[in-house]
Amino acid sequence: MTLPLIVYRSLRQHALSTLVTAASIALACGLLLTVWMVKVQTQRAFVDTTTAFDAVLGARGSKLQLVLNAIFHLEASPGNVSNADYQAIKRHPAVKTAIPIAVGDNYFGWRIIGTIPELFTDVEYTRGRNYAVEPGGRLFDPEKHEAVVGSFVAQKLALKVGDTFKPYHGLNFNPNEQHPDVYTIVGILAPTNTPADRVIWIPIEGVQTMTGHDPAAATDVSAVLVQLRAPTAGMMLDIRYNRQGNRLTFAYPVGTVIADLFNKIGWLDQVLALVAYLVALVAGASVLASIYASMDARRRDIAILRSLGARRRMVFGTIIAEAAVIGLLGAVAGVAVYAGLFGGVAGVIRAQTGVVLDVTHWHPVLVLCPLGMIALGALGGVVPAWKAYRTPVAENLTPSS
Amino acid sequence: MSILSIVSLRKSFVSPEGPRHIIVDIPEFSLSAGQQVALRGESGSGKTTFLNLIAGILAPDSGGILIDGRNMAALSEPARDRLRATSLGYIFQTFNLLQGFTVLENVELGMAFGPSGIDRARASSLLAHVGLSTKLHHRPRQLSTGQQQRVAVARALANKPRLVLADEPTGNLDRKHACEAISLISDTCREAGAALLLVSHDEEVLAQFEETRDFAAINRCLSAAGGAS
Repeated sequence: MTLPLIVYRSLRQHALSTLVTAASIALACGLLLTVWMVKVQTQRAFVDTTTAFDAVLGARGSKLQLVLNAIFHLEASPGNVSNADYQAIKRHPAVKTAIPIAVGDNYFGWRIIGTIPELFTDVEYTRGRNYAVEPGGRLFDPEKHEAVVGSFVAQKLALKVGDTFKPYHGLNFNPNEQHPDVYTIVGILAPTNTPADRVIWIPIEGVQTMTGHDPAAATDVSAVLVQLRAPTAGMMLDIRYNRQGNRLTFAYPVGTVIADLFNKIGWLDQVLALVAYLVALVAGASVLASIYASMDARRRDIAILRSLGARRRMVFGTIIAEAAVIGLLGAVAGVAVYAGLFGGVAGVIRAQTGVVLDVTHWHPVLVLCPLGMIALGALGGVVPAWKAYRTPVAENLTPSS
Repeated sequence: MSILSIVSLRKSFVSPEGPRHIIVDIPEFSLSAGQQVALRGESGSGKTTFLNLIAGILAPDSGGILIDGRNMAALSEPARDRLRATSLGYIFQTFNLLQGFTVLENVELGMAFGPSGIDRARASSLLAHVGLSTKLHHRPRQLSTGQQQRVAVARALANKPRLVLADEPTGNLDRKHACEAISLISDTCREAGAALLLVSHDEEVLAQFEETRDFAAINRCLSAAGGAS
């Protein structure tokens, strides 16, 4: 009872410095958790998103650009794939599924992608999960000017079943480039937490034959999403398209292409982590500085406690406990800071890529980091605790008589 | 039976100028259980050092300090801390109350390091005994100086000590409150069965005790110098 009481009273007596120091630890804890969890979850989410397909076939160019465009609906398409090439890979015995997509239009900046209904009926968007249309809707009829809208777009543009719209040409919104073609929304996709939520889906012929598009490319597709029957087939197709051919790019395996992207931007993670570690270091130093600065004012209290029979090690332990409690307060607040920061970052990532990060997703760092902050706080208390340990009692009690 | 027995006690300090000065040199001094003695001495005569040696706050250069049969001077520092917590009460001139704690908590802290630990009922009872039953949850700064001294008295007796040391306990009180405080300390110690060793330079305070001694008479380094330093 004694030690907690002394620690509690001391923290209350120095409430302002306690709060400021705990806040600095909270910031460090929140930053560290955010950097770590955004890194872990972004990689997980991007890899999960790529599990639906083994490979992407597209025009000759960068594999990364091809994957980003065809799966994450980012970047521009590197070019077109002829219908003959699409039919060839579709009929290849090693290919299980081949889903063509066509891009090139938008609706208020949200991408319109043409595809075939099999994307929604035959493919799991992530392991064990199929696309679904919200009640009251259905998939588009490939013969009609119908659209199925991703959940995020529907929410942002307040679109509902029965609404109609006219697409705009290009990937970026330009009000002067509206197509005359009218599409009717027949379904809203249930949320998938993937980039598919940020897309308006129409029949592939809709994009190919949109008024104003080049009739010469009316049967071309932008890319083909491929599921293979066996991994070895991917190696064979890789040789066929990338080494022997020179018109097309076969991005395989998709996960490796994304992993290469994370490797390329790994330095950014390291810089952010370094900043977070430095903030943690400063937070630890602030614990030391704030308690150490108060030691002169506490010398008399320490001497009084010693005169009542408190041992040196108890005084030492009191200061360490006080520092650890500051660390604990900071760690608890740090988790709240993390929740706020992570929510903000996750919102930006979702808006930009459609990838959803889950703040409640468990990872050991969620416990280890707060524990580390408590340890850091306690460590910051060692120097002032040593000073308290060495406080001479008689000199600090009373004027001599 | 002696509760306090001092033999050949010496304590010296190195002065800022360099040479070592003997402050306390007491060949012999004793106090029986329940006995109350007031020591007369001027400021700077080493009275506080003497009490701090008895309390184990300072370690002597040589000599013995037997408290209830245990030689404080021969104990390790943790053992001295424990003996102080179990057998001694200490009342200071400046009260030395912990300002961040309530009155009740100050008295409880007087028990915290002893063998029985904190006993809230006893702490409350002690404070009621010194007339502070309505001030239990006040902070020391919310009390008058006389009331603060009462808290210090209650705290000194919190652990049922065999010996209470009082160092100029009325130094910060006016005349009226000083007399009341001495009566309170004396009566409370008597009721608790604790011996009392009080040091003061105030003749009116000393006059309240049946037994007074000159510190200069028992401290050989003062008598050799011809009185108080």
